[in-house]
Amino acid sequence: MIIGLFHYLAVAAALFTIGVLGIFVNRKNVIVILMSIELILLGVTINLVAFSTFLHDVVGQIYALFVLTVAAAEAAVGLAILVTFHRVRGNIAVDDASVMKG
Amino acid sequence: MVLQAIAFYLLAATTLVAGVAVISARNPVHSVLFLITAFFSAAGLFVLLGAEFLAMILMVVYVGAVAVLFLFVVMMLDVDFVALRQGFARYLPIGALVAGLLTIEMIFVVWTVAHSGAASKSTGPATPMPNVTNVEAIGRVLYTDYVYFFQAAGLVLLVAMIGAIVLTLKHREGVRRQDIAAQVARTPAAGMRMVSIKSGEGIDE
Repeated sequence: MIIGLFHYLAVAAALFTIGVLGIFVNRKNVIVILMSIELILLGVTINLVAFSTFLHDVVGQIYALFVLTVAAAEAAVGLAILVTFHRVRGNIAVDDASVMKG
Repeated sequence: MVLQAIAFYLLAATTLVAGVAVISARNPVHSVLFLITAFFSAAGLFVLLGAEFLAMILMVVYVGAVAVLFLFVVMMLDVDFVALRQGFARYLPIGALVAGLLTIEMIFVVWTVAHSGAASKSTGPATPMPNVTNVEAIGRVLYTDYVYFFQAAGLVLLVAMIGAIVLTLKHREGVRRQDIAAQVARTPAAGMRMVSIKSGEGIDE
């Protein structure tokens, strides 16, 4: 019953796919899409920390710290865009964000 | 060792179940609460891995700031979330198929990496520097080799903060605000008028 690197990486991979699935099934709701991105980044962070511990190198944790920073910045800007969009359109459906017809 | 295994399976199961609940909950407020649960148990996994500092940072940054920010936005916006859920059942089969394939592929890759990669010769989980706490080990590397990255991370946060403020700042017209520069620039000549009043008459404007 030894918990090895494989176990942690498997959890990280499963969390990553749950996040991807969340973007697939909730493709109208921006808030849940943002939360799915947070789940994806959490999976990546678990990956980095697991490798850091099993390779005895602290650099993995440094990179996990930077991933956390970027995730926090992304959440802040994403939610600010969401609030502005809701103020302009009165709705947060992704399908409505097509004014530019890109 | 058995205790550690029990803790790992408990925390991993909680993380994954909470993750599934985040994307499938009907109410977005419940989604945010399940997201907090997922981060909480992931912090437990970090403690099991010996990364105590990151576990605490995860609690402070995610549970304390990001999750509360999500909760704030979900409650502030008056949105019909039921309408946003339509299409959930339609996209579930194809999404589950893609996610299942992705999981199987990643499990294969992870199996290979864990058993024949660089980490396969690992002597097991250990703290990077013996006789040094986790925080000190991170600090020794972060403030020397990675100091420019550290500064760049601060810059990213600054830009995010300014961006969020600029995006949500609403400049309303017709609101009279205090103009301190105009107040300070007033001179006696502009602010005062000398009037000589005849007795018994008062001032006519």
